[in-house]
Amino acid sequence: METQTIDAGQPLEHMNVVITGHVDHGKSTVIGRLMADTGSLPEGKLEAVKANCARNSKPFEYAFLLDALKDEQSQGITIDAARVFFKTRKRHYIIIDAPGHIEFLKNMVTGAARAEAAFLTIDADEGVQENSRRHGYLLSMLGIRQMCVLVNKMDLVDYDQKVYKQVVRKYTRFLKNINMHDVKFIPVSGIGGDNIAEHTDKMPWWKGDTVLTLIDKFKKEKAPDDMPFRMPVQDVYKFTAMGDARRIIAGTVSTGTLNADDELVFYPSGKKSRVATIENFNGDAPDTVPAGMATGFTMTEQIYTKRGDVVARVGDPPPHTGNVFRVSLFWLGREPFTHDKEYILKTGSERVRMRLFDTLKVIDASNLNTDGMKKKVERHDVAEVVLTTKRPIAFDIVEDLPQTSRFVIVDGYEIAGGGIIREVIKDSNADYRDKVMDRNVKWDTGNITRDTRNEAYGHEPALVLVGGPEDRRKAEFAKTIEQGLFNAGTKVYYLGVQNVLAGLDADMPIKRHDVYPEDREEMVRRLAELANIVLDAGIVLVATVSGLTWDEREAFMTSVSPMHVQTIWVGSTEGSDVDADYTIEDTASAPEHLDSVLKLLNERGIGA
Amino acid sequence: MDQLSQLESLGIHILREAYANFRNLCMLWSIGKDSTVLLWLARKAFYGHVPFPLVHIDTHYKIPEMIEYRDKLALEWKLPMVYGENAEALRTKQTYPDGNVDRITCCRLLKAEALKNTLSGNWPRYRMNHEKGEYEVDKDTEAYTGVIVGVRSDEEGSRSKERYFSPRDTENTWDVGDQPPEFWNQFKTDFAPGTHVRIHPLLDWTETNIWEYIERENIPTVSLYYDQGEGKRYRSLGCGPCTHAVDSDAKNVRDIIVELQSGKFANIAERSGRAQDKEDGGGLETLRREGYM
Repeated sequence: METQTIDAGQPLEHMNVVITGHVDHGKSTVIGRLMADTGSLPEGKLEAVKANCARNSKPFEYAFLLDALKDEQSQGITIDAARVFFKTRKRHYIIIDAPGHIEFLKNMVTGAARAEAAFLTIDADEGVQENSRRHGYLLSMLGIRQMCVLVNKMDLVDYDQKVYKQVVRKYTRFLKNINMHDVKFIPVSGIGGDNIAEHTDKMPWWKGDTVLTLIDKFKKEKAPDDMPFRMPVQDVYKFTAMGDARRIIAGTVSTGTLNADDELVFYPSGKKSRVATIENFNGDAPDTVPAGMATGFTMTEQIYTKRGDVVARVGDPPPHTGNVFRVSLFWLGREPFTHDKEYILKTGSERVRMRLFDTLKVIDASNLNTDGMKKKVERHDVAEVVLTTKRPIAFDIVEDLPQTSRFVIVDGYEIAGGGIIREVIKDSNADYRDKVMDRNVKWDTGNITRDTRNEAYGHEPALVLVGGPEDRRKAEFAKTIEQGLFNAGTKVYYLGVQNVLAGLDADMPIKRHDVYPEDREEMVRRLAELANIVLDAGIVLVATVSGLTWDEREAFMTSVSPMHVQTIWVGSTEGSDVDADYTIEDTASAPEHLDSVLKLLNERGIGA
Repeated sequence: MDQLSQLESLGIHILREAYANFRNLCMLWSIGKDSTVLLWLARKAFYGHVPFPLVHIDTHYKIPEMIEYRDKLALEWKLPMVYGENAEALRTKQTYPDGNVDRITCCRLLKAEALKNTLSGNWPRYRMNHEKGEYEVDKDTEAYTGVIVGVRSDEEGSRSKERYFSPRDTENTWDVGDQPPEFWNQFKTDFAPGTHVRIHPLLDWTETNIWEYIERENIPTVSLYYDQGEGKRYRSLGCGPCTHAVDSDAKNVRDIIVELQSGKFANIAERSGRAQDKEDGGGLETLRREGYM
């Protein structure tokens, strides 16, 4: 077959640049001018719009070009309202504009997150305005490191260098506060086309770049290949029904590279395994997978992992784990972000229930002053807060690895905010978590893997904690749960707390009603470790604990996996801070609840 | 990574996010080049498997080669193939080729209405029985809550405003003015009962990217895209009566890429051979708001 080749020389690079700025600071005019002066408009368009203006006796404006070009979209040529295409000798550019007023910020965030660099327009006459600051702050949070400020409408201030310098000084001071450095400035006039595509004789004092020369100086972002390896686990695929026995850990490499034979650690559990094969559908599997690539691999040892875990490499700086952190965030939701509501936090592939724990400061974007009084984070506010998640998650802090420090918050059905994690705050279980991680790293598994065991038993292991005040009721009820699960074919074991107290804890200074907090902590740790061993044996463990607290349950979740713990509360909930999965306050009626409890456990995938 | 690999990776990432988040997920396959690339991405994402139904809306006016090709690939690749149709409009001949309605109404009835009712499960779905090699009524009538679609933002104006994960309300309508924010590869995966989410993994691809990828991956495509010696080929596929071949002697994928980049199509819109676009005020936005792809 005959094939033609095209000689286009080196293929041009592609780059997305976002343009933002306060309303009426001239974004559209600048874009219109850039299009017109670089010959990027469809033939005859400029003349047609000018003629149309003359006919209606209104002065021609370059901003009209954008509106006119919107009509052009239907023929699909170059333009649409949100993205403007043009090219220089070096690159194809997409200038992302975010139209609309009320929904502007949502669109701007969406557009800017896809950009590698940003233009921000500031009206020389009006100076730095609320949105000039807000947008600057958002760009910095979104991780845009290359920015150029266009000090526009220089024609309105007689092309005065002093006015220009004043804007530069004022805005630079602001940028320094938010850690944005190395920002470029250009004095322009969109209307006059000064310093857009060509230098102007109206500002002989300006020897710097034009918009057109500067845009080509933006650097292509380097792929974060040389950073520590991170890959959020997107899914674990096992298409056995389709005759495929491979167990593939799928995800997109966030930073660093994945290599054949890498030794890996999964967080937050700290469990270890090694890459057996890197999988590929069409063609040979690569030896190395770069950052940004969607991939999948099989492992030499089938450890338990799930969507939401973060994979790192042994030897690389590890990610953090925890459930209390200090963050910076921006809020886009219609409803304010408040303490009295539960939200969903999504980071990487992780999804976890969370709450606003403390509002440190709400930043007034109009002047970046912090309002010490304000505790409510409202729409379009930027704030520094402390969040808590229902269970520990793995992440990085922004100074180390921005990619895996980013999260969004879902309110109801909508993404209502986004932010970056700045600091981990040690919670009461942090030390124990470190111990568990160390134990998992050192764990020596027999030849029967957890998967094999689960398949043979027909169910996964789980821990059913039956908590409540110190009386016999919960033990009685726990035994009926054991019986129910057993009858259904589950490998299940009931463990009464006194069996442990009299044996494993025989060395502890126990006076039943009077235990020192640190002793109680050690006893919980022992029970949690025992539970972990029983669960590793593939068994569903039903255990009673008197006066179980939130922190103690967290400890159990840390020891086994949070996915495998269910809590049933029997008795008065007074003074308890545990939000059990099922609560029976009226202990006398407990037996009547057995079917509902067994149904709940079944729904949560517990038992055969 | 080169641009095609980046587009591919984002597409796969989006497909995997969709699979992890939507219990009732399906993918629309129009048989055209874009949704065939989408199908290929799914096979890559899930290592040769397509773990959700592939839905085709059959207007019964599709060019016959398209249906042949659909069923051939469905059997060969063991695809969970499903089709739906507007049986009532076809029976009462409420179609443009029958001369009873205009083009836009025909599109609305045979495509938008059929799609809406197939997705919701209100109208019968027909599923390929791989043992018998023929379609039978699908027992699954549950509504699909995630619908993967191969639209590209450069196709026409309204599509440029789309998100990767784009919500549709209970009436199937699209609120262009108020769309969810989308950043850091976090998408809208939470939705109210009765609503659904359209998922667009190919949003950033251009027509040229599609052909370059077909070439790189050697993806089988319908012969209608290529000149068979008569100096004519289809650039975009649809129903026979409303889709016209364009003058072109591009005989293979490479020829098409050259033609798109430097030839006579460099500045002519891809859908210029689709008559209904022009009747909808040139934007398709009216139809799209109502659920058209």
